[in-house]
Amino acid sequence: MKTKWWLIALLVCLAVASLSPLASSSPDGLERVAEDKGFIDTGQEAPFQVIADYVFPGIANETLATILAGLIGTFVLFGVAYGVAWLLTLRRRELAK
Amino acid sequence: MQLHLIENPGKRYVIHIPDGFLNVATVATTCVVSAGGVGNAVRLANKKLREKHVPMMGVLAAFIFAAQMLNFPIAGGTSGHLIGAALAAILLGPWAAVLIMSCVLIAQCLIFQDGGLLALGANIFNMGIVASFSGYYLYRLATSFLGSSRRGKLIGGFVSAWGSVLLASIVCAIELTVSGASPIMVVLPAMAGIHALIGIGEGLITAAVISLVLATRADLLELQKI
Repeated sequence: MKTKWWLIALLVCLAVASLSPLASSSPDGLERVAEDKGFIDTGQEAPFQVIADYVFPGIANETLATILAGLIGTFVLFGVAYGVAWLLTLRRRELAK
Repeated sequence: MQLHLIENPGKRYVIHIPDGFLNVATVATTCVVSAGGVGNAVRLANKKLREKHVPMMGVLAAFIFAAQMLNFPIAGGTSGHLIGAALAAILLGPWAAVLIMSCVLIAQCLIFQDGGLLALGANIFNMGIVASFSGYYLYRLATSFLGSSRRGKLIGGFVSAWGSVLLASIVCAIELTVSGASPIMVVLPAMAGIHALIGIGEGLITAAVISLVLATRADLLELQKI
């Protein structure tokens, strides 16, 4: 059986997510501007935290916690977008039957 | 980027627009416009989406999420990361890209506390709607000049991705100014300047992915655009 292309693509995405601990730790574009121009402190924290700041809570090893957060997010996003798209084609498939 | 937290434990962590940067009028306006945009994207996708689009939607959302975690360094102790809207728009069309970016931004907001709840409308407007449409039409414009050879597609991908980041950052700067966060003459050059550099990274990643698709499954670039 031929492997589905998107399974390989998903594996590539998971590999990319596993590289996340190597990401630059410098502030990103918006954060840098907000710091330089003095409005960073107007930012408010979220009223709740799930996997805040891409670090899975309760894991002492920061690298592992980041990779885990990245893998979970990648799976969730694949599932959500696939699911939304699948639902949006449901009507057409019902009609085709 | 998360290392940033370890180095500065007391520091707030900003990637997408957090709550507090934008005033009520800007929050309300962007929420209404984005809700309308996403609604229209759903309506059009319901009409035009085919079964072969479905895995591509999932893969693009997964890739954009994963790649957004990989901040790359640019000049002066600043980093940038992929937005991904131009890539999604080139592969699936601007309205499908709006849907994909909305999935990513909503998940980042709800699960990863990246981007404020109230600022979600603005984040979807900037990185979903503005970046998707500018990326899509810049790509079409560029490939109409350069031709649809491999070279034309790669250069078109680079240019449109760069332009989409620049435009999204300019719109973000305008929102910040309207909200009273910072005067336009201060925040606009700062945002546009940094994002003109970040856009180079966006352009390189976008061209690299297009090149990979062309080399492995060129037919996936020819899916009907939504």
